[in-house]
Amino acid sequence: MKKKPSTLKNMLLALTLIAGAAALSVGLVVAVTEEPIALARQARLEAAIRTVLPEFDHLEEPKTQEVAGGELVFYRAYYNDEYVGTAIATFSTTGFKGLIQLMVGLLPDGTIHNIDVIRHRETPGLGDRIELRFPWPRQFQGMHPNNVNLRVRQDGGDIDAITAATITARAYLEAVRLAFDNFTIEN
Amino acid sequence: MSNIATLTRGIIKENPVFVLLLGLCPVLGVTSSAMNGLGMGIATMFVLTLSNVLISILKSQIPDNVRVPAFIVIIASFTTVVQFLMEAYTPELFTQLGVFIPLIVVNCIVLGRAEGFAMKNGVFKSFLDGIGMGLGFTLALTLLGGVREILGAGSIFDWKFIPGDGILIFILAPGAFIALGFLIAIINQLQRKKT
Repeated sequence: MKKKPSTLKNMLLALTLIAGAAALSVGLVVAVTEEPIALARQARLEAAIRTVLPEFDHLEEPKTQEVAGGELVFYRAYYNDEYVGTAIATFSTTGFKGLIQLMVGLLPDGTIHNIDVIRHRETPGLGDRIELRFPWPRQFQGMHPNNVNLRVRQDGGDIDAITAATITARAYLEAVRLAFDNFTIEN
Repeated sequence: MSNIATLTRGIIKENPVFVLLLGLCPVLGVTSSAMNGLGMGIATMFVLTLSNVLISILKSQIPDNVRVPAFIVIIASFTTVVQFLMEAYTPELFTQLGVFIPLIVVNCIVLGRAEGFAMKNGVFKSFLDGIGMGLGFTLALTLLGGVREILGAGSIFDWKFIPGDGILIFILAPGAFIALGFLIAIINQLQRKKT
């Protein structure tokens, strides 16, 4: 087939058709994947709640609370109608690459049960050590924020920052403190 | 050139990273571990193959003066589609690799193969070229990621065999340059012996 010459008409036509077809196919894929993506996000959220709390059999209707810069979501969990803890979806906007979203699980007395990362964009290989597959975030299990200063040592706190990812660690702790402070107010 | 040569030359002989030195930005950026390199490589291979095929189908219909914008629109659409499909159907993989997918759009290997190969060759050859170059890219990224992970973190594919921290600089950007430089030197030496 002979190549189309670069006349204005041909160029306009080719680009318009390609851009139109591209927009159409992306739109189609968005429409098809919208529901599975929402389900996948929901599943990830639920998995995070199960990870950070002791065993429970039902959750109360989540409560949201506006704070500066965003909102916290509280999920109170019950086992045989006994209150076993609250999972709090919290965040910090001061991560190395912006937003970090965490799920912090607190026992009824405020002790940290576990903390999981919902979403972050920190540097792979450095900042991603806040994920639960690494040991760093596991140090918080069993800590009570009233007994431990949840700041990095550089800021006068009790927590060793992550090597070469101090900013990430600082943002992570900020999110945890935000969750705990509002948990205390809540109860 | 035979079909087999088209498929295999991207793997070592014209490896996009070690020999053609293309697409170094994502190469240096994402290869802090072997797993990251592998994932980015596979995602790139996928987009590269699809865009090669489509561009070689459309090649006679795209006027020369607007070919680059046309390529970019096609590549960006495929990348976006891949991103949505991954988030919808492989959420586990997406949490690991999601941050890298948008980087494929700016990877000049994809554009380079569209311009340098798919524009001049048939559909099947372009398909093979996409697979071959993609495999070479994946190999290079996994190798570089592996070296950096072993030296920088004392682990491979997240399996830790040296306790404690490694040589931190290999996880950071300068280590990427150092490791890549040594790997290129080794590949050059091996290639020279052969000829």
